[in-house]
This record gives sequence, C-alpha cells and structure tokens, in this order.
Amino acid sequence: MLTILFDGIAYGMLLFVLASGLALTLGLMNFVNLAHGAFAMAGGYVTVILVNRSGFGFFTALPIAFLASALLGSLFERTLYARVYGKSHLEQVLFTIGLVFMAVAAVDYFLGSQQQFAQLPEFLQGQFDLFGVGIGRYRLLIIVLCGVLTVALQLLLSYTRFGSRLRAAVDDQRVARGLGINVNAIFAVTFAFGSGLAGLGGALGAEILGLDPTFPLKFMIYFLIVVTVGGTTTITGPFLAALLLGIGDVAGKYYVPKFGAFVIYTIMIVVLIWRPQGLFARAAAR
Amino acid sequence: MTHPLSRDIAQHLAARARWHPLEVAFWLAALGSLFLLPNQHLILTEIAILALFALSLDLILGYAGIISLGHAAFFGFGAYAAGLFAKHDLIAEPALAMLAAGALATGLGFATSFLVLRGSDLTRLMVTLGVALVLREAANKLDWLTGGADGLQGVVMAPLLGRFDFDIAGHVAYAYSLTVLAALFLLARRIVASPFGLSLRSIKDNPLRASAIGIPVNRRLIAVYTVAAGYAGIAGALLTQTTQFASLSVFDFERSADVLLVLIIGGVGYLYGGLIGAVLFKLGQDWLAHVTPQYWHFWIGLFLVVFVLVGRDRLTQWQSAARAFLLRAVRLQALRVRGEAGRS
Repeated sequence: MLTILFDGIAYGMLLFVLASGLALTLGLMNFVNLAHGAFAMAGGYVTVILVNRSGFGFFTALPIAFLASALLGSLFERTLYARVYGKSHLEQVLFTIGLVFMAVAAVDYFLGSQQQFAQLPEFLQGQFDLFGVGIGRYRLLIIVLCGVLTVALQLLLSYTRFGSRLRAAVDDQRVARGLGINVNAIFAVTFAFGSGLAGLGGALGAEILGLDPTFPLKFMIYFLIVVTVGGTTTITGPFLAALLLGIGDVAGKYYVPKFGAFVIYTIMIVVLIWRPQGLFARAAAR
Repeated sequence: MTHPLSRDIAQHLAARARWHPLEVAFWLAALGSLFLLPNQHLILTEIAILALFALSLDLILGYAGIISLGHAAFFGFGAYAAGLFAKHDLIAEPALAMLAAGALATGLGFATSFLVLRGSDLTRLMVTLGVALVLREAANKLDWLTGGADGLQGVVMAPLLGRFDFDIAGHVAYAYSLTVLAALFLLARRIVASPFGLSLRSIKDNPLRASAIGIPVNRRLIAVYTVAAGYAGIAGALLTQTTQFASLSVFDFERSADVLLVLIIGGVGYLYGGLIGAVLFKLGQDWLAHVTPQYWHFWIGLFLVVFVLVGRDRLTQWQSAARAFLLRAVRLQALRVRGEAGRS
C-alpha cells in the first residue's frame, strides 16, 4: 500500500518535471505545444546514447541531457515556434502535431523502434526496506531530485527578478509589455528552460516510463492532463495535479488493472467539465 | 412589401445554395470513376470512406468552429458497432446495419456533445481527445466483446440489400460507399445552406453576437456535433463492412490527426474540402508508403509544419486559382456545345 503510494509519488514528480515547461509556455503565450514530449524524448535518447555507447556516467549524462534539450528547444523556438505564436489554436495544433510526427519517424529511422534503457549505476538498482515499506533506490533518487527541482523552481519564480517578470507576463501580457518587460525574451528563456526540464525528465524517466520513438505521442495526453487539470497560472497547481495523476495512475493500474487507464481519462474529463480553468487555478483574469 | 436589402440577401443566399457547374462536374467524375477505373476500386473505397469522415469533421470544424482531436471516437464506435452487428447476426443486412451503427454513434455524439460546450479551445481538445482514449481503452479491455488488441475478427458480411455480395475487387464496396457518401453529402449540403447552417456560421464567427441576435448557441452546437458524430459513425461502419475487420486503430490519435490534415489540405468550410483532401491525401499516402513504407508519417509531419509556416492563405490560393481555371474551361465547353447545337 505504502509502496504504491511511494511509486505513485515518484511517478507524479517525474510527470511534473516533464510537464512544468509546458505549463509555463502555455500560460505565458497561450500556445498549445503538443510537441513538448519530443524534447523530453530527446533528453532520454541523449542519456541512453551517452551512457550506453560512449561510456559516460549516469550523473554526468543528466546535465548534458538537460543542456542538449534546452539547446534544441531554443533552436526550435527561435527558428520555428516564434512564427506560429500569433496564429490560431488550430494552426498551432497542426504545427506541433507535425513536429511530433517528424520526431517519431526520425528517431525510428536513426535509432530503431525498440525500447531503450540506460544502464544505471549499481547502487541505484534494487530496493531496500524502510519500516516495512519497499523503497526502490532509483525511485527515491527521482523523488529527491525532482523535489529539489520543484523547490528551486518555486523559489526562482517567487523570489527572483526574472520570476516576478515571468509571473507578470503570465498574468497579463499586455500590461507587462507596457511596463517595459521584454516578454519575448522571457518567453525564449522559459521555453528553453522548460525544454531542458523536459529533457531531464525524459532522461530520468527512461527507466520508469519506457523510452521508444512513440514516447511523445504516448505521454502527450499525460502532460496535457497535468497542465489542464492543474491550471497554468501557478506552478503548485500542475505540481499537485501531477502528484494526483501519478498516484491515481499507479494505484489504478495496481488495484483495478481491468480498467487500466480508464480511471485517469475519466477523472480528467470530469475535472474539465467541472472546472474548465483547472482544479487549482484561481479565476483567470482574462 | 419587403425591404430591398432583405431581398438582396435572400437572392445572395439562394445563389450560394444553387448548384455550381463545378459541383456537377465533380460528381460526374466520381460517377465516372465507378465505371472507368474498375481496377482502382479498393483505394477508391478507402478514399470515399475517408472523404465521408472528413466531411463529418468539416461540419463541426468548418461550420461550427469546434476543434476536435478525438473525432476518431465516433468513427471507431461506428466501426465496432457495425462489426458486432454482422458478427453476431443482429442486423445482417449491411445497409441497415450501417444506419443502425450511425444511429448509435449519433447517440454517443449527443451524449458527449455537452462536454464540448464549455471551456476554451484547449479544454475542447483535451475532452475530445479524452473521449477517444476512453473508448479505445474500453475496446481494448472488453476483449470478450471486441477481441481486444487482436481486433474484431470473424466479421462476415451478408449480401448488400440481400442481393449483392461483397467481391474481392471491391466493386460492390465502392458503389456502396460512393452512394452513401453522395447521399450524406446531399444532406450535409442541405443542412449548411439552411437557416440552421447559417446560424452555425454566425456562431463560428462570433458566439457572443450570435447569442445577442437570439441564436441558441449551445443548442445549435449540440445539434451539429450530434449530426457530425453520426456521419463519422457511418464512415466507420463502412470501413468495417468493406474490410470485414475492425481493430483498435480505428480509435487511434493518428486517425483523428490525419482526418484533420485531410480537411486542411482540401480547405475548411465548403464541404468539398474533405472530399478533395481525401483524394489528395490517399494518393499522397499511397505514393509515400510506396517510397518509404515505414516513415511516411515523417513527410506528413513535414507537410503540416511547412503548411502552417507558409500560411494557409498562401497555400489555399492555388485552390481558388484552380477553381477559376476549371470554371472557365467548363463554361467554354458549354458555349462550344451550345454553338454546335445551334449550327446543326
């Protein structure tokens, strides 16, 4: 029981790191980025290649995965995404679906369609008992890492100059611009950072979520659930939503395997009907 | 005594509802393909079914402005319903089974239409996507009924109308699909030219103003969503009946995305978009699958990206150019025929 809770929390934390970048970009630019998972996949593959083929250590590979995805993200943002901001939601959806299709086929072409695993260091494998609760070492690492990241993110948003500018831009873009805040620059940085976080999440999650070319499609719905249920005006909303989703999904698959992913999708639809703005969002100003 | 302006508007609307020479040419070409291209009937059947599916999406996207990422939900529902009707001999006659499957999908559309009324575009995307995922999961888990991941096997179709057996070359299947497509197209054409269709357009342009002039926005959206679901269900039923098989792929996200692409290729909001798009999409897909069997989705993706970046307007210009050219050709031909008739 507690083990399931533990696994669920690890899963939820992972989802939060994966989806937090999406929450920020969606809230900031009202841009529907269905291709967010592609950046996570990039991070995952970078790690796998570095660790398995080039003999890097797992912990050296993680920051590289972050940087690689961030770089990729900012490259795409500057060259492609920046042209699509002003367009309708339909066109944004088409554009990002196109990117997903391309990413899936390209990875399939270059790296094959089989599932990939990064070799973990010895001390991260297996699990130990703590007061009768089986705790996976790797999952503990994920919880600790993601927990630190979450706190850092929250602090960054609450107490730095950049964070307050970002929050201002999310709350009301026009007024923020009027006050002389360079919203475009903020957005570029946020996009790159969010892609980097997704890449890190993909690197950490390769072991738990499974990494193959269809990753962006498979988890697209999960990211979107986190973002829509949590709302995009705060960072705590998506965090709670991700935890709920993680625990709900793990528990649902364990206790009622017959229903599988049913539980999650149904909950999502109900929440969206009940509160279209998201479960934890304050009433939007717009 | 009617106001001159209202007379003008009435005339304008009547002119828009009139049959265009190009439309006649289009359907003559479709009819011609039935007799002149007997070797292509298998792919033509697929095109007709995809066209019907895209037509259904056009009703909600092009006329009501609802973005759906889960339109495959109704397609798949109709597909499985038709398959089960045939497998368990509930409704043996295919045309009746098709109508029944469409009716069931209509019911599902009505039930889920309330979900798309609220929220922003993003919420709608999520909800439609969610509905399709729930149904896919249901079809996957209810394996005693649907065969789960193996698909619905053992579907044997009875002869159409009790007389025409489905043949291996797909002649009956194509005639059947084309007839259904044409009939439903006529209905859709009638719908969008009616006051109901006009009210949908006004809702799409500005829901607030539409409700201010007394249009019951929500009820209209529910109605068109329900109708579109029925169309999609019939398209799904046709697919099962002509292939005698239904698999989980009928609910796939790719299917919803592809049909969106079909509609975008052909153009949104004039009914023929889905039909023309289906022809182009299937031919392109056939060619791509021939060149790169495994990776054709890459090129589809590239097309989408370029399409959005270049801009829909610029790409749709070729459509109006082509339309003008064809129209001139048809008119010239008509003049020539008339001239010859006059001489003899």
